[in-house]
Amino acid sequence: MKTEVDLVRFDGGNTGSVQRCLNRIGVNFRVVDKNNLPDGSRPLLVPGVGAFGSVMNVLKQDGLDVAIGNAVGKGTPYIGICVGMQILFDESEESPNAAGLGLVSGKVVKFVADKVPQIGWNEIEPQQAGFERGFVYFVNSYFAQPEQKSTVLYSSEYGGNFCAAVQKDNIIGFQFHPEKSGAFGNELLKRTIVNACRN
Amino acid sequence: MPVATRTKLCKRIIPCLDVAGGRTVKGVNFQNLRDVGDPVSLAEEYERQGADEITFLDISATVEQRETLFDVVEKVANVLSIPFTVGGGIRTVEDALKLLAKGADKVTVNSAAVRNPALVSGIAERCGSQCCVLAIDVRQGEVVVNGGRDKTGIDALQWARECVERGAGEILLTSWDRDGSLSGFDLDLVRRFATQLPVPVIASGGARDPQSFVDVFLQAEADAALAASIFHDGTYSISQVKSALQIAGVPVRAC
Repeated sequence: MKTEVDLVRFDGGNTGSVQRCLNRIGVNFRVVDKNNLPDGSRPLLVPGVGAFGSVMNVLKQDGLDVAIGNAVGKGTPYIGICVGMQILFDESEESPNAAGLGLVSGKVVKFVADKVPQIGWNEIEPQQAGFERGFVYFVNSYFAQPEQKSTVLYSSEYGGNFCAAVQKDNIIGFQFHPEKSGAFGNELLKRTIVNACRN
Repeated sequence: MPVATRTKLCKRIIPCLDVAGGRTVKGVNFQNLRDVGDPVSLAEEYERQGADEITFLDISATVEQRETLFDVVEKVANVLSIPFTVGGGIRTVEDALKLLAKGADKVTVNSAAVRNPALVSGIAERCGSQCCVLAIDVRQGEVVVNGGRDKTGIDALQWARECVERGAGEILLTSWDRDGSLSGFDLDLVRRFATQLPVPVIASGGARDPQSFVDVFLQAEADAALAASIFHDGTYSISQVKSALQIAGVPVRAC
């Protein structure tokens, strides 16, 4: 299968830096949005910045929440970045009245630390075979707590241990920014996309 | 009393490129500019050496020079795979949006924010706090603007606090007394900011050698350190600085 993803674009999604990264790592993509909803034929790449609730609102207004839910339900791979990972869960302390996509059980909670958000490079430890440890770039005040600990793909430490990446069936989510995480992050993203396209 | 944060979060090393008219320049106390090269190839070289982030400060004097910045920002954003910050001459939220659209990950605001503090809130609201870095030039505890020429009578720490409340996500703290002097970071100044502000503080001004970085992280608790001259001159590479930090027990990103 061709290595090509559907890059999900919405207001506040900040797709620019991910697009530049895809160009650098040689991954083809097509941009999907409210006018051109994803049909589930390619893996979905969902970057996100901003508040959990406002991202969910925009996705709803655009009809992307349903399109994404349907595609992922039928087995289309989902690759989420930052808030694109957090919205996989049921709810977030950041926006108590907003429901997430609910594709992975768990909730998103706020860091308890001297300086919040966490900004900078932190080391991530793989919790599953076939992944390597490395340094990646984070900008986040909140992090996900998956109900099933077996879905934690990477963990890291900031004011305690936290889930840095999650993997469940055809879903993978990175709390960090692989597109801004040097050669290690770029290669991790590329490998994830290549694997998703194979399945 | 803040609790110590259990983390492996790394201390960041940030080379700074002063650009004007599409070229990189660096002066001592912002004067006597010397040409040190092409910003795109310098940025790439710094990423190879292990820079954790790169900052561009545009010091263009004319509108024509300024226009070249957007091209440079786009070219740099295309090749870098680490965060990239741009500052200098940002007067409006639209200026910030234009730079972010060209590929900058963050913008820094300085003098224009002193004249119009709503600029900080505006950028934080439109683009998010993670994009909004407040740069403060300090001379004897006081905010100075316009390249250090003009005093403002504003207490620097109070100003930083106000801007954090307005949404600034990081503080780039430059000691005007030390800038380009190669006499080491201003440890007292940095410690005061780094321990009292709830956002990361990037120390700038005075980096002399790898030991300066060890001191600013271990003694002054900076979250990141920015330097220009010692890297541009090739006196020390970023990897040399990081090796010294590792030996001293400072958490840094291995490359």
